[in-house]
Formats: sequence, structure tokens, C-alpha cells
Amino acid sequence: MSPSAQGPAALADAPKRPASPFALFVAFSLLALQGFGGVLAVAQRELVDRRGWLSREAFIELYSIAQMLPGPNVVNLSLMIGDRYFGWRGALAAITGMLLAPFLIVIALAASHERLAEFPAVAGALRGMGAVAAGLILAMAVKMLGTLRGNLLGPWLCALLGLGALVAIAVFRLPLAWIVIGLGVLGWGLARWRIAILDARAARPEDAS
Amino acid sequence: MNTLPAGELLELFLHFLTLSLLSIGGAMSTAPEMHRYFVTERGWLGDADFTTAVALAQAAPGPNVLFVPVLGFQAAGLPGAAAALVGILLPSTLLSLGVSRWGASRRDTALVRAFTAGLAPITVGLVFATGWLLALPFVGDPAHRNGALVLIALTALVTLRTKLAPIWMIAAGAVLGAAGLA
Repeated sequence: MSPSAQGPAALADAPKRPASPFALFVAFSLLALQGFGGVLAVAQRELVDRRGWLSREAFIELYSIAQMLPGPNVVNLSLMIGDRYFGWRGALAAITGMLLAPFLIVIALAASHERLAEFPAVAGALRGMGAVAAGLILAMAVKMLGTLRGNLLGPWLCALLGLGALVAIAVFRLPLAWIVIGLGVLGWGLARWRIAILDARAARPEDAS
Repeated sequence: MNTLPAGELLELFLHFLTLSLLSIGGAMSTAPEMHRYFVTERGWLGDADFTTAVALAQAAPGPNVLFVPVLGFQAAGLPGAAAALVGILLPSTLLSLGVSRWGASRRDTALVRAFTAGLAPITVGLVFATGWLLALPFVGDPAHRNGALVLIALTALVTLRTKLAPIWMIAAGAVLGAAGLA
């Protein structure tokens, strides 16, 4: 059982707090603009280490919730932090800060690359960046593989569900909805069944440690 | 720049609204579905456009989810970009706000623990599928196959073994690609 069974870590243990929704907007804009190839690490450094708006525990707590909800993790994280300080206005300020400036930059790049791509060097550069993007995602997948080690489903069921999703998408090109709903309900049911078995085993006095 | 009639733009928006609630595990887990929708089903974009959109979003600062408005932009200009971004974020954001307020105190109940444990391996499988789909255009391109596959493997290795920031690898990929080596 996690040490935070008594509920999410409070924001009260943070040394400082943002002065206004506008301060949130500025802070999230600045951290998003530093986030090349991933915002999470920058968010942790800016919000926890440098500005002191969140304790390390509160950051991990909120991120683990953000992770299991649909939607981009860092967007969910921004919204939760903003909401806890200033309600929906804070949530809106944090999300807008996270997305507005990077959105304008990436669209400007997309618009100019259509003209620039006529040059072979630019097409080559984009091809090289595409290969790096593929490598980054594959490395992220390998890193995520390590987090499954502690999964209560055990290695065989994890492999079954993971390979099932991979083959359904990469080989059969099935729509994501079928996979998330079909395999998701299967995985949920299997995990609930495993918890029941583990709980029953833990309840037996001869196994208690 | 491409454009789409209003009816198709609305379809794109509605499709992304439904996708939003399925995007568990982050934006990249929806990439295979985006590929299926834009390239295979609708034919609005080619394989190379798709990989370029992801590469641009990786090269630019900010969350990875910004590859979604780039796809919308490539298919339908600025209205497409706005429809894609708002569509993919609105439902998940409202749901997250609700769940966040409902409280995290139930995270330790059996049903919620089963939910996170059961979904985790599927998410990992989806991210591997994304990597495969991004690498696919290089496998089918004999002129650049070897250089690109070496670059993909090197990037993965450097990411796993060092703390080097991705921006340097992306810059190296751009230079090697511009020089015709990848």
C-alpha cells in the first residue's frame, strides 16, 4: 500500500504559492518553452525546485493521478495544479500557458516547412529528425517496460496484454477505441481477479509476515 | 496549404472529441489511431507527412500533444489545427478536472488499483506500436534505410544510457539528414 493512503499530499507543505492566475500563466509558458522533447522534467525542476510551489511529494502524487486519466499527462498536471490554487481560472491559466506559445511556434514551423521542404537539405533534415523521433519513442517504450516489473498482473499477463495491443495496432491496424475498450476491460477484470487472489492469500494467517 | 469543406472539418472535430477520452497514457498512445484516421481511412495525409508532424512537434518546445494540431494543420490549415487541438483536449480536460476534484482518496480501492494495473501493459504496447509506425517509412525507403535505421537505434541507445537532452539528438538528426547521411 502506498504511504499516501490518507489522501493526496496537501499543497500546504509547499514553501511558496503563485501570486495570481497570471503568475501561473507566465510560469507555465516559460517551462513549456524550455521543454524540448518532453516537459515533465522541466516542470518538476521549475515548480518544485526553483519556484517552490509544490513539494516533491505533492508533485509525484498529482502526476500519478494525471497519468491514469485520459489526455496528455502534462496538460492534466497543469490543470490540477492551477485548479488547486485558483479554481477553474487557475486551471485555464495553467493550460493556456502550457499550450499557447508552443502551439504558435509549432504551427509557424509547419507552415514554413511546406515551403522549405522543396530544398533537399531541409527534406533531409526533417527525415533525420523523424528517425530521431522514432528512436526517442522506442526508448521511452523500453523505459516504460521497466515500470511493469512491479505490476500485480505478473509478467505473463502483462506480456499478453502488451503484445495484444502492439499486434492489434501495428499489424491489424485496428481502431484505438476497440483496443482500449476491449483489451482495457480484459486487463481491468484480470487485475481485479489478481487483487482478490492476493488479498485472500494475505488474509490467511500462515502466510502473514 | 490544404483546406477541407466545413462538413469534413466538423467530422474531424467530432472524431477527436471521442478520441480524447481514449487517450490514456498520453498523446503518443493515440498516434497510431491518428495515423489510421488521417492516412489510411481518409487519405488526407501520406506516411511522410505523418512522420514529419511528429518530428516537428518533437523539435519544437512544448508538450508532445502538439503533433495533433500539426496533423490538423497539414490536412486543413489553421481551422484544422484549432479543431484538432480543442477536440483532443476538451473532453479529457473536463473529465480530469472532475476527477481531480472528486478526490484522489479512492486511488487505493481495489477497482481503481485494478484499473491502473490492467491498463499499464496496454499503454506500453501502444507506445511500442507508435515507435514502429514512425520507423516504418524508413524501412520502406531503400535510399535512406540503413542510415535512418542506425540513427533510430543510436537515438534509442543514447536515450537509455545517458542523460543527454533530446534537443541535441534532434539537432544531430537534422544535421545528419541535411548532409544526406540518414
